[in-house]
Amino acid sequence: MAVIAEPIAIKPVSRFRFILDRREVLETILVAPAILYVLLLVGLPLLLAIYYSLSAYTIYDPTWKFVGLTNFEQIVDNPTFIQTLTNTFIFTFGSQLLGLVLGKFGAFVLLRPFAGRKIVRALIILPFAVPVALATIAWRWLFDSLYSVINWTLIALGLMERADVPNWLGTPWLAMLCIVIINAWRFFPFAIVIFLAGITAVPQDIIDAATVDGAGFWRRNYQIIMPMILPIVAIGLIFGIVFTFTDLSIVFLLTNGGPVGATSVLGFAGFQTGIVSGDVSHGAAISLFMLPVLLVVVVLMLRFIRRREI
Amino acid sequence: MSAVSARDIVKKFGEVPAVNGISLTVPDGEFMVLLGPSGCGKTTFLRIICGLEQQTSGDLLIGGTVVNDMPPRARGVAMMFQSYGLYPHYTVRNNIAFPLKTQRMARDKIDRQVSWASQLLGIGHLLDRRPRQLSGGERQRVALARALVREPTALLLDEPLSNLDAKLRTSARQEIKNFQQRVGLTTIYVTHDQVEAMGMGDRIAVIDHGKIRQVGTPTEIYNDPADLFVATFVGAPPMNIVSHNGGSYLGFRPENFLPKEMIDDGAATEFSFRIDRSEYLGSERIVYGVVEGFESKQLITAKLPPAHVAEKSIRPGEWHPFAVKNSELRRFDHDGKRVKAH
Repeated sequence: MAVIAEPIAIKPVSRFRFILDRREVLETILVAPAILYVLLLVGLPLLLAIYYSLSAYTIYDPTWKFVGLTNFEQIVDNPTFIQTLTNTFIFTFGSQLLGLVLGKFGAFVLLRPFAGRKIVRALIILPFAVPVALATIAWRWLFDSLYSVINWTLIALGLMERADVPNWLGTPWLAMLCIVIINAWRFFPFAIVIFLAGITAVPQDIIDAATVDGAGFWRRNYQIIMPMILPIVAIGLIFGIVFTFTDLSIVFLLTNGGPVGATSVLGFAGFQTGIVSGDVSHGAAISLFMLPVLLVVVVLMLRFIRRREI
Repeated sequence: MSAVSARDIVKKFGEVPAVNGISLTVPDGEFMVLLGPSGCGKTTFLRIICGLEQQTSGDLLIGGTVVNDMPPRARGVAMMFQSYGLYPHYTVRNNIAFPLKTQRMARDKIDRQVSWASQLLGIGHLLDRRPRQLSGGERQRVALARALVREPTALLLDEPLSNLDAKLRTSARQEIKNFQQRVGLTTIYVTHDQVEAMGMGDRIAVIDHGKIRQVGTPTEIYNDPADLFVATFVGAPPMNIVSHNGGSYLGFRPENFLPKEMIDDGAATEFSFRIDRSEYLGSERIVYGVVEGFESKQLITAKLPPAHVAEKSIRPGEWHPFAVKNSELRRFDHDGKRVKAH
């Protein structure tokens, strides 16, 4: 007769011998370094900024003196700050919109096969790879009040008189347009990559099905492809908004916030007040104005993405 | 009237011909199956019919009109894709309504058509779901409903069952066939699966290397193969092909290759068969081996009814006299073409 089961000798095994095979233990060990550095590099500076913003801390008088929300009240009462806040929004959303439009257009051009497409694809990444300082200096040359390449081209083509050429960086709204263009120029290769990744991920069967179902180019684009890649584009846009909203490099290198504060943005104003002028508490308070805006943007976007996925 | 008619269609990708001169007429209401191995050009041909590809030369007629230069939306054919191509961001209702919306049909008429198509396929209860919430079989029905909703001249199906599991495939096969007969819709069905082709097609077009090898009913394809390709592509196991002194070929189906004593009457041709291996499959026994005096690229197979052939009577290594009725022998010339006259 076949033996189906034998009595098993029970050997005691240490409870800790396979402790690393337990999911919750391994999870904790593997995630701990990430949590630790987020706490140290993000959490700690944030707490420090909040601490400074509630005090009267300056580099001349580095003492912890609690002043409540006085710093915030003073900032909000300052009309220059309101302009800075408005500038930040115009700068951020203007350059993102322009970047997205250029990005989508570029992606469609790069999807079509043509001679030298690989080279163009590689070159188009350049604005993203060039250090912002070098790129901005090049742009400064293009927009310079005396030597502007754009203006001299216009004059040489006979489109404008020498007396009428725009003073790009000296006119408030033109200066804003300049920083928007430069930032859009930096952002659009990223947008192209995002759009290319999204569009090529749409299964060919779905596009073919839409074609046979009678959809032309525009309908395929706006009713099938765009809604399908929206989550990817939204993620790209979050990054773009967050990076632009906190950016000060272009303004610092190109206009120094001028003329008359027309291009001052939050990051730049915080830097000027807190670091250059040494008024750490007001600088911290200005910078903290980014926090609620960024939180709202991120929450809105994530909710939007979740809704699209269902 | 013929629903779809192709005249000498050629499609080249660069220098490579994917479709190499296909002429085929599909009458109204017929279920036509395009059968061939992968890469034979059958899907390219289907894409030419619906207008996703432009043929290099040749004419295509749909409903009697030359449609060579018409875009897909003007051709009035519907296509169902291998992976269905459902729009993931639309509900089932909007998926089905999409082909009507592109025609700018009135809202109430769209609603009527959508409920007609969804009733027809029994998916009325799924209209507010999204494709990802559906099972494979349900997705297939939605894709079918979307194809039918605008009442096309012809329905094109590109390997529609390949994404289903084996069990579902059998029932879906039945369902599509029943449905097609009920609606009487001209259907062109592409597959590489000969069981699907034999089971569903009114007629089958066997395609290889961009050319049609044979068009005929399943019985014609099976019993009267036009050449060696058709003979060996259709049937499982395929037809045995043997040659004598490198000349012409002789073909016979495994189920007609039987022990001599089982062939009771009529003229028969005898072979001496050496058994190498035998497989018992329940309803049949497949025996593999070689025949004396003939060359063959593959092992010769015989499909025996287990009830009539006892296991012990046929063993590996033994020689047995086998025979095929002369009426079941098929002759092919040395180019592989069928020779009909005896």
